[in-house]
Amino acid sequence: MKKTLIFLVVFTFQFGFSQEKKTEEKQLDEVKVQATQKGLKKSIKGTANTTIVSSKELLKAACCNLAESFETNPSIDVNFSDALTGTKQIKMLGLTSPYIMITEENIPSVRGASQAYGLSFTPGTWVESIQITKGAGSVVNGYESISGQINTELLKPMNDVPFFLNVYGSTDSRFELNTHFNKKLSDKWATSLFVHGNARISKNDMNDDGFLDNPLGKQINITNRWQYSNPESGWVSFLNFRFMNDEKQTGQIDFNPDRDRFTTNFWGSEINTQRFDIASKTGYVWKDMPFQSIGFQNAFINHIQQSYFGLNTYDIHQQSYYSNLIFNSIINNTMHKFATGLNFTYDKYSEFVNLDNVSRIDNSLGVFFEYTFDNSNKFSYVLGGRMDYHNRLGFFITPRLHVKYIPWEKGVFRFSAGRGKRAANIFAENQNMFASSRTISILDNNGKIYGLNPEIAWNYGVSFTQNFMLFRKKADVTLDFYRTDFQNQIIVDVMQNPQELLFYDLKGKSYANSLQFDFNYEIIKHFNFRSAYKYFDISTDYLSGSFQRPLQAKHRVFANLEYETHIAEKGKQWKFDFTWNWLGKQQLPNTDTNAEQDGFGNTSPSFSVMNAQVTRVFSGVFEIYVGGENIGNYRQQKAVLGSDNPFGTNFDTSIVYAPIFGQMYYAGLRFKIK
Amino acid sequence: MKNLVLGLLIVVTSFTAYAQDKKNKNAKYTIEVNGNCEICKKRIEQAAFSVKGVKSAEWNTDDHILHLIINEEKCSIQEVKKAIAKVGHDTDDVKSTEEDYQNLHGCCKYERK
Repeated sequence: MKKTLIFLVVFTFQFGFSQEKKTEEKQLDEVKVQATQKGLKKSIKGTANTTIVSSKELLKAACCNLAESFETNPSIDVNFSDALTGTKQIKMLGLTSPYIMITEENIPSVRGASQAYGLSFTPGTWVESIQITKGAGSVVNGYESISGQINTELLKPMNDVPFFLNVYGSTDSRFELNTHFNKKLSDKWATSLFVHGNARISKNDMNDDGFLDNPLGKQINITNRWQYSNPESGWVSFLNFRFMNDEKQTGQIDFNPDRDRFTTNFWGSEINTQRFDIASKTGYVWKDMPFQSIGFQNAFINHIQQSYFGLNTYDIHQQSYYSNLIFNSIINNTMHKFATGLNFTYDKYSEFVNLDNVSRIDNSLGVFFEYTFDNSNKFSYVLGGRMDYHNRLGFFITPRLHVKYIPWEKGVFRFSAGRGKRAANIFAENQNMFASSRTISILDNNGKIYGLNPEIAWNYGVSFTQNFMLFRKKADVTLDFYRTDFQNQIIVDVMQNPQELLFYDLKGKSYANSLQFDFNYEIIKHFNFRSAYKYFDISTDYLSGSFQRPLQAKHRVFANLEYETHIAEKGKQWKFDFTWNWLGKQQLPNTDTNAEQDGFGNTSPSFSVMNAQVTRVFSGVFEIYVGGENIGNYRQQKAVLGSDNPFGTNFDTSIVYAPIFGQMYYAGLRFKIK
Repeated sequence: MKNLVLGLLIVVTSFTAYAQDKKNKNAKYTIEVNGNCEICKKRIEQAAFSVKGVKSAEWNTDDHILHLIINEEKCSIQEVKKAIAKVGHDTDDVKSTEEDYQNLHGCCKYERK
């Protein structure tokens, strides 16, 4: 009797399952990028304010890794790499990368322990496209994004070429080697193997302060991807394995780690990172209902960083598991779409700051629902919400709204609003501060994250784009205004005095206003002009008063010119690219009480930086490129405060507002077997 | 107890059989609809969506084919064709009235067959 019942149950289940078995993934499809001629494409179709960066755009700059791939894009500001880490940090709407949700194929990638260097762990050649969304973003991937979302799609094994080789070398003695291998095993299975190595082997000190301008380093980074796709059944699946080992050494020229580590002979630092990732995605599209799909993503990350900065040690080991189940379908018809599902995140941090153990375990579980109305006419909107329970952030609701309205032909008006909440990993995010003699204090508030409370912010934005013809050539203008209002923020206070670094919960007001005006024009065929003016007003109440955010220019101007010759026989072509960035004055951390030679003024001077590149395409399979960064050779003369006495009280390497190295030239080649 | 299970089984089986007999909830149709441009595309798709039960409607400007997924419990393909003809676009067997055709925007006045 019982057996019959069980049989019935099993039968029903199997029946249900077999129905599910028949179907391609929509979630995966959603971020599909069209092969456009343009490197940067502002999506007019999407409801959110999204710019799509194609792989073509990524070829325009030296672009060794993801952090450097935004140099030709005005939506994202790339900061100058500090002497210590050599890593470029990015900002969006004037807020640093912790406030941006950075995902790789929709799985959160740069978060937690990888916040400081994570973008340098994805080589540029692996990237197929990048989608940059300004403002609140979607609720599907989580609640953490505040100023925007950056999603990177890697090359897909099904569409890749069998072999790719890229060799790069530069005058700052950095060398890179990228090789991709691809094999289609059957009409349903394909696999790719990406091997990346880079090294900086010789010591540079252009400003003669006795400190390296760029860290010595080497990185090996290997990814193996598997793709299964079966259009007849509707199933698509990706499986990724990645291993990365990165070693950096910096500090004084004469520092020898084996001899001088943890001594005061010379000041030096080593940062070693090992990372192992496994990620899988599986999707199914119902055969008779192409608008209905289900997707399941899982990722496991093991990230170990061991480092010391002079006499400070910092070790962090993050083990993280992320899981996301998404169901997409419609209500009545495809004008009304929805996505709903569940997220689970687990993060185990073993973290040691000098001898203090600040380890913790975070976990969260959430449900989300996102409704999209789009009648492909004038008006569309995306309304999303999620409910999460997090062991440190508590129970909370995250609403997000995006609206698009087309008032007239070729004009697009957008509005967005949303809330974000996150646990700030204060040490991982600000680890450049360890390379100073500042004493670090947390003004404990009995909060659950290092004694502090979660960061909460609302972001609102409006944007208007108009496309038009000017002298019979395409032109467009965009005006964006975004505001982020912090209800709580972890203040990283370098305004108190030059010997202290304070972390505390916001008392008073903190906001970031950003205004951006873009003008793009095709001057003549194949000759494009891109320009932007940006204004930032990022004000925070510190204990010592209200200041603009340090190391952020209030005014920025960006211009880019690109020219391509017509493609001649066998694909022969020349490509030229030139980028000019002007940065206005920046608020600097408070160094008033230091002796004059160990201090800066209140603000930095304004300056500009120029980059250029020439590419010669010999054929569809072979091309070489040469380029220069910071051709005007602008340099921050004083990069390390207290460099003559690095174990004294004035030592600080964290105040970098301009390039340190000066002009840099590079050359590289790309070779493909099709 | 046994009877109950048997009964349940019968109910389930007959329900399945009944469900199969019923009209298709995701019936696919491809029909030819005459038109020209992007504005036609919007008009045709919106006319299709105005019929309750039309789940998906996509018209291609290059081959003039409308891809439909409809719930046949709620509507029929004839109703969709009529709705499209009403806004001025000829389908394979339901044609627009001259008046509805003349109401089209200038650039949408396709060549009638």
